[in-house]
Amino acid sequence: MMTQQQALEIVKRHRNNRVVVTTMSAVPTWAALSDSPLDFHFIPSAMGHAPDLGLGIALARPERGVIVLNGDGCMLMNLGSLITLANHPANIHLLILDNGLYEVTGGQPHAGVGHADFAELARGAGIRRVYSFDNHDSWQAGAAEALAGPGPAVIWLKIEGRLGQQTPKPPRPMSEQIARLQAALELPG
Amino acid sequence: MLDGPSVAAALEDCGVSHVIWVPDSVLGSWEPALSGSQRPTLLRVCREGEAFALAAGLVLGGKKPVIFIQCTGLFEAGDALRNAVHDLKLPIFMLVGVRSYYAHRQGKSNDSCPVFTEPILRAWQIPYVVFEERHTAADLAAAYRQAQAERRPGAVLVAE
Repeated sequence: MMTQQQALEIVKRHRNNRVVVTTMSAVPTWAALSDSPLDFHFIPSAMGHAPDLGLGIALARPERGVIVLNGDGCMLMNLGSLITLANHPANIHLLILDNGLYEVTGGQPHAGVGHADFAELARGAGIRRVYSFDNHDSWQAGAAEALAGPGPAVIWLKIEGRLGQQTPKPPRPMSEQIARLQAALELPG
Repeated sequence: MLDGPSVAAALEDCGVSHVIWVPDSVLGSWEPALSGSQRPTLLRVCREGEAFALAAGLVLGGKKPVIFIQCTGLFEAGDALRNAVHDLKLPIFMLVGVRSYYAHRQGKSNDSCPVFTEPILRAWQIPYVVFEERHTAADLAAAYRQAQAERRPGAVLVAE
């Protein structure tokens, strides 16, 4: 097992110049690690839809690449997005940060705890590049390969759950985030 | 009257980059024209909420997508619509098939879809126009261009 912070520190080492889309409990952790205009904190969000939003950016800007930091509870709300990702090959790496909890609502277990196998779900959806890591050492050793190469790729990371987390807030207002992102993508405002 | 070839041509003329859709039986008849088009590119999703988030990502990346769904899917997609239009403030444009519209107007249907479609759009503060048989792809292009010019969301309801 590893902490969310340990998991994301490794992502940071390998993100290069890609857009990183975060949501829910990954927001404050990633914001503490990175302040790039290519970071897009999907808060406020639509529940479970960070993979779709990331896919849209990846399809629009295929030269850039997108990493999505999704939660396990979020993933369960939108399992169909795995099918959609498989159906539209794009340069996108979807990380499922699996702590077995709805962390931002107080740590309640979700419906998939103990039996949902996200790697099998991704393979069954047609994703060909699927990776699973359940401890810090293996993630550290495998991240370079998993986070490189063509998308779509799904990376399932088992991380420690935390209790007592605050409702996540983005580091800046959405309008400012969008302006920064589009400027970094060299789009007219 | 709208049909696949004229809709595909109008969207291409408007510079629409992608059509994101979950078709109904009327819109589904446009599939050959839309899937055979390089621009706009047809993107299939599994559920209508996905369409709004995917459209949001495309807009963030500089593209011009539109969404084609049925009113049932509009009901399902409420949270994603709310987020894209009101949190992210993106000018998402959608075409929504309204099942049983004509039958409801004639008092010949118990389908609740036409009862709720327009109130739902008003609740979500989406400007809309109802297209009946007399409307053409040129009308669709005009509705799209007006929404884009005003940098606002918009919907065309296709009476079925």
